[in-house]
Amino acid sequence: MISDVVVIGAGPAGLSAAVAAAEAGASVVVIDENPRPGGKLLGQLHEEPGTGWWIGAEISKSLAKRAEEAGVRILSNRQVWNLSPKWEVALDNGESVCGEYAVVATGAAERPLPIPGWSLPGVMAIGAAQTLTNYYRVRPGDRVAVVGMDPLSLTVAHELSMAGADVVGIYLPSKSVFAGSQADPDRNLEYLAGMSDLAPNALLRWGGRLASNRALRNLALTFFPTSGIPLMGTKLNLRKSIVSIGGDERVQHVEIATIDKHGNPGKTRTVDVDCVCISGGLYPVQELTRDCELVRIDQLGGTVPLYSPEMETSQSNLFVAGNVTGIEGAKIAMAQGTLAGTAIASRLGRIQGKDAVDQAAEAVRSARKSSAITFMPDIDEGRRIAEDLWLQLEREKSMTQKDESYA
Amino acid sequence: MKRISEHPVLGPLEEEEIGFEFDGQSYRGIKGDSIAAALLANGVRTLRYSNRDGEPRGIYCGIGHCYECRMTVNGVQSVRACITQACDGDVLESQGENRREGSNDF
Repeated sequence: MISDVVVIGAGPAGLSAAVAAAEAGASVVVIDENPRPGGKLLGQLHEEPGTGWWIGAEISKSLAKRAEEAGVRILSNRQVWNLSPKWEVALDNGESVCGEYAVVATGAAERPLPIPGWSLPGVMAIGAAQTLTNYYRVRPGDRVAVVGMDPLSLTVAHELSMAGADVVGIYLPSKSVFAGSQADPDRNLEYLAGMSDLAPNALLRWGGRLASNRALRNLALTFFPTSGIPLMGTKLNLRKSIVSIGGDERVQHVEIATIDKHGNPGKTRTVDVDCVCISGGLYPVQELTRDCELVRIDQLGGTVPLYSPEMETSQSNLFVAGNVTGIEGAKIAMAQGTLAGTAIASRLGRIQGKDAVDQAAEAVRSARKSSAITFMPDIDEGRRIAEDLWLQLEREKSMTQKDESYA
Repeated sequence: MKRISEHPVLGPLEEEEIGFEFDGQSYRGIKGDSIAAALLANGVRTLRYSNRDGEPRGIYCGIGHCYECRMTVNGVQSVRACITQACDGDVLESQGENRREGSNDF
């Protein structure tokens, strides 16, 4: 199968790239290993400031419909086994899809955060709980403990209680080589400080207000009640950590320690739950860009491919969009996808002039400005580092080209 | 059961039922369910038993990365239940060397 563009990943970024390219007249194939297009957008559900509820399942559906109406072929239930230059995508069924251009929009995955007992049925990643609750409409548990304090875990905790679960609390992970600074109460408060007044729920806004200055943060840590602070049907526990998960054949209880302001455990007690959701943070899934210039930028969530202002990697005609470039929200992923798709359509000669590409680039910037949730507190710095490294790469490339022309 | 039939934002759930079998028992699901979601809605958390010690395993990552939910689907081994749609008439079996009989009966 040969087309102008092959997109890998039918999440918000990939679908948006496909729509932009196909609506300009390009032939586009999208490949995804899930049964339905939408990616992690399918499970999203939160209140956007001013615009009401963001229902990921509905947005996914309308994006996929728009793509199909523009002639995009979406291949669901297909795994990508390899991506090789100019550009051949090998699939799990032995077939391959070729495109003059490729877009890698593989999104993010969750960092595992091991806790003794975490292999028991009933322990799951926070993202799994989100999709089960909001998309499949199945409650992951009736009494749920959440481990890890970040925008995703706070959002999902709220979603779980809206769906009728008793969320007994949000706790820190215990100190361990895996948890690192995630087990440190002060770092968690600092993290919460990144939440703005635009945050989609009171849990997030509250964290932002409390933690917005250092003196207040110290006070908050010292006087933070060990019983936690009740908020939106759950309790935020900066002074408690989950030590272990127990039960016979499935989760039945967790052992919770009271911790001092440095995260050191004191007394423990046992709380009955039937589900534990672990949030270890997100990282970009970038295996398919392995031949591109890659760089580890912790502010972006991990190792990412470098890319041009039009989303092209160091491999010509290979583009990226969405969380593979760094951990941000779905709206930004969509804007990045539109930019990649528009840039490709322009290169294919389907769009005349630079206006459309410039507008799409501007839309990414404004999506960032109006973003309600910041997943990575230092994302702006991370983006700047990535942009600088890209420019450096371009300079090196042009110098090598000069050298070659002298030779 | 764990099905969220009413939701303050998402409203009531539309149900078109399907029927399938897991380890010899019959279950009902809703069209569009993943296998893992359909089983969880029936209270089934254990999807597999670890090969070495026969320990129970369930859904973990939900995005097809960890393979904790792998099972035999209509004779095909190690299919990921979290990203595979449940279909009417599916015959599903748990995997694992030392699986204990009857431990899904809760």
